[in-house]
Amino acid sequence: MNLITVSGPPSSGKTAVILKTAETLMRRGVKIGAVKFDCLHTDDDIAYEKAGIPVKKGLSGSLCPDHYFVSNIEAVLDWGLKEHFDLLVSESAGLCNRCSPYIKEIKAVCVIDNLSGINTPKKIGPMLRMADIVVITKGDIVSQAEREVFAARVHSVNPAAVIMHINGLTGQGAFELSTLLLEGDNHVDSLKGRKLRFSMPSALCSYCLGETRIGESYQMGNVRKINLEENQHGK
Amino acid sequence: MASKEILLKSSPEVLLKQYPYLSAFFAGLTIDLEKSAGFPLSKIIREMNEEVAEDNAFNGENFIQQLQDFINQMQEFLGKDSNAVDSLTILPGKDKSGQPETFSSLVFEKSKITSIVGPTGSGKSRLLADIEWVAQGDTPTGRTILVNGEKPSTDWRFASGKKLVAQLSQNMNFVMDLTVMEFLELHARSRMVANEKEIINRIIEAANALAGEKFDADTPITSLSGGQSRALMIADTAMLSSSPVVLIDEIENAGIDRKKALQLLVGEEKVVLMATHDPILALMADQRIIIKNGGIHRVVKTSAEEKEMLSTLEDADRKLQLLRARLRAGEMLHRDQDS
Repeated sequence: MNLITVSGPPSSGKTAVILKTAETLMRRGVKIGAVKFDCLHTDDDIAYEKAGIPVKKGLSGSLCPDHYFVSNIEAVLDWGLKEHFDLLVSESAGLCNRCSPYIKEIKAVCVIDNLSGINTPKKIGPMLRMADIVVITKGDIVSQAEREVFAARVHSVNPAAVIMHINGLTGQGAFELSTLLLEGDNHVDSLKGRKLRFSMPSALCSYCLGETRIGESYQMGNVRKINLEENQHGK
Repeated sequence: MASKEILLKSSPEVLLKQYPYLSAFFAGLTIDLEKSAGFPLSKIIREMNEEVAEDNAFNGENFIQQLQDFINQMQEFLGKDSNAVDSLTILPGKDKSGQPETFSSLVFEKSKITSIVGPTGSGKSRLLADIEWVAQGDTPTGRTILVNGEKPSTDWRFASGKKLVAQLSQNMNFVMDLTVMEFLELHARSRMVANEKEIINRIIEAANALAGEKFDADTPITSLSGGQSRALMIADTAMLSSSPVVLIDEIENAGIDRKKALQLLVGEEKVVLMATHDPILALMADQRIIIKNGGIHRVVKTSAEEKEMLSTLEDADRKLQLLRARLRAGEMLHRDQDS
């Protein structure tokens, strides 16, 4: 079985891109399964089911969804192996822009949209910088110039990635993505001992453990303070 | 080719002097290299505080790899003029029912206009996707696309900044909060053109020649009217887009001189494809593709009779535009008023 991780900021069109791509994959005889990681709520599993794709969902609740993902991806992989999928797609939302959901030697796709602003590529960390394929969506509603500028910005933060434009509504470009996903032999039987491409965002402070009160005396553990002095000089 | 060893020994300052376009790459980092711009990268990486690196999602090895990729790609991009496309050729595939397309080969030349007609869902998007992906028999239609009559390099698929098709459609909007001048500067810089000022002035001039109402360089792009936006998009695509093929999905008939718009694209040596059911636009084309059931059903040359009809239609259109202008100016309309 092949495993592919798809990530990207909320509402960038991850599910639409996956569904359109899955459609062409299924037509090419590929047996596909999906797992959706999210934080509080998702209806995306219904969308997958409607498309005839077996799906599992995992909600991280009050935990960092990235940490939740990496603690559960092995179990999900086992489920996929048991179901005999040819391809398992893991979809997760990049909620804090510092997400780092990619695993070494596992194909990584980042979905990002043209409407998110031209400085967005710089704001996003490993999720964009470490992806193998960057899919840019919503190109049908912005000007050609903005598309070109946005793609150039993505290129400057991740020069090695293949940058593709996909229309999540019409599916234009999805067939081409499916070709890239099938390329190469990336069979995985186990993720044990594999490594993340980059360390995940970290924190372990009293608020991680459920503290709700505000005040210096309640702050314990890994706490960091804003530097307002430096802020004044514009940096 | 820049070797990693040499890159590691160089300082950001020296690299910037050698490869000025690296300013875009350095600007994409959240780490500020300016403070240590005089030191070799190896030293900067070695001495970087682990916490700072982690906070900025910075990994030295990965950084050098990306720096090398970026330089090599840019050197290649700037070094050759392989973007010149004189023609595109489509070799036939099959329609949705698996029936082979009946044309032997279909050529789109630069400075020529081809219109594409067919109902929604007939396969126009698929045709465009085939061209964009420079299909090599590896898409559902089985079509093959040749560039300049030859099997094209895979760069057209994968190289950033080298896309075959630019698109213009009625649904497109400007979303950036910039003035016309700032916007064009941004686009020009991302394309790394040499004569920035000159091109920008030409674009504004050309856009104003297309738009019914003039605008100046200080206007925010989001407050341009529909016609002005379209005019700016077309002028910008004609002169500043790197893509040799322009696909137009209708051009609304208001606030913009459509004939001049097409002439502008043709004059900039673009291959123009235009999905339209507006007879004035469709008949301006040199040839017309009729799409049916996912396949190219027929290819016809615009006939002499159709060209004659075009001039009648254009006259009628001119009259309509005149009436529109008068209404806008607050005038009354009269039946016999004709010029």
